[in-house]
Amino acid sequence: MSRPAHRRPEYRKINKDLFVLTYGALVAQLCKDYEKDEDVNKYLDTMGYGIGTRLVEDFLARSCVRRCHSYSEIADIIAQVAFKMYLGITPSVTCNNASRNEFSLILDKNPLVEFVEELPTGRSSLCYCNLLCGIIRGALEMVHLAADVTFLQDRLKGDSVTEIGITFLKKLDEKKYRRKK
Amino acid sequence: MADEALFLLLHNEMVSGVYKSAEQGEVENGRCITKLENMGFRVGQGLIERFTKDTARFKDELDIMKFICKDFWTTVFKKQIDNLRTNHQGIYVLQDNKFRLLTQMSAGKQYLEHASKYLAFTCGLIRGGLSNLGIKSIVTAEVSSMPA
Repeated sequence: MSRPAHRRPEYRKINKDLFVLTYGALVAQLCKDYEKDEDVNKYLDTMGYGIGTRLVEDFLARSCVRRCHSYSEIADIIAQVAFKMYLGITPSVTCNNASRNEFSLILDKNPLVEFVEELPTGRSSLCYCNLLCGIIRGALEMVHLAADVTFLQDRLKGDSVTEIGITFLKKLDEKKYRRKK
Repeated sequence: MADEALFLLLHNEMVSGVYKSAEQGEVENGRCITKLENMGFRVGQGLIERFTKDTARFKDELDIMKFICKDFWTTVFKKQIDNLRTNHQGIYVLQDNKFRLLTQMSAGKQYLEHASKYLAFTCGLIRGGLSNLGIKSIVTAEVSSMPA
């Protein structure tokens, strides 16, 4: 079953379109169901959390990343390996504070908003890509790292770039879990 | 392609999310399937537009169905439809023996009654695609034994 080679890039694009369009339909449906933006944002975050907890296993199985020794290594891996693998983009990582537990991922190109022109009227505080925050949070929690992930800047709201902030909270100690049992 | 895992997970979360909000008493069960199908409809419309941008005009209904079975299904689910039957009077039966969205879930008859939730989106997808190609249709799905 051979496929002509020149159709390959089209297939990949369509696959990504499927995900992007599905996400768009989901957000549209949520906007219809919930009136308040905070509810929609919270719902997207919860969904993303569920996805992230499962996605991290898929990610670890596909990429053979070694054990990380610092938060900045983790932020780099999320940006350069995970984002590249699943969304095809590589955000840049900056460190925000001296204690090195706050990082920002700066996305200059966001595939999820490819078909979005602007946020609907009356929905100005909607975080369209809140699913991404939930995914990162869920994935980190599955590897025993508590983190706070939010959007610092959003192109859809008029900022120049989209910026996701990851703040690593206290590390959940594995030994703690064993003691509780 | 890694994208597939993302879409599978998103789809599963959508289904469970819709049903969870139904459990809280807001909508009855039938509405959930309709919601999922409508989402699939919107996506199907958009997807078929992007997909058929450069393809030739379709000669007739059968041609469109063959396109759906081969190219469309291959792009979305990485495989072709295994069997297409028709009565030449407007009814087409597409059979997929290893449906991608169900393979990861179970193989057998255990969770059969829950399977229809996961098919609603795909039914909407096909209905949306056909509607943008000019065909009004009703799409239903049946699972005899997971994942077929």
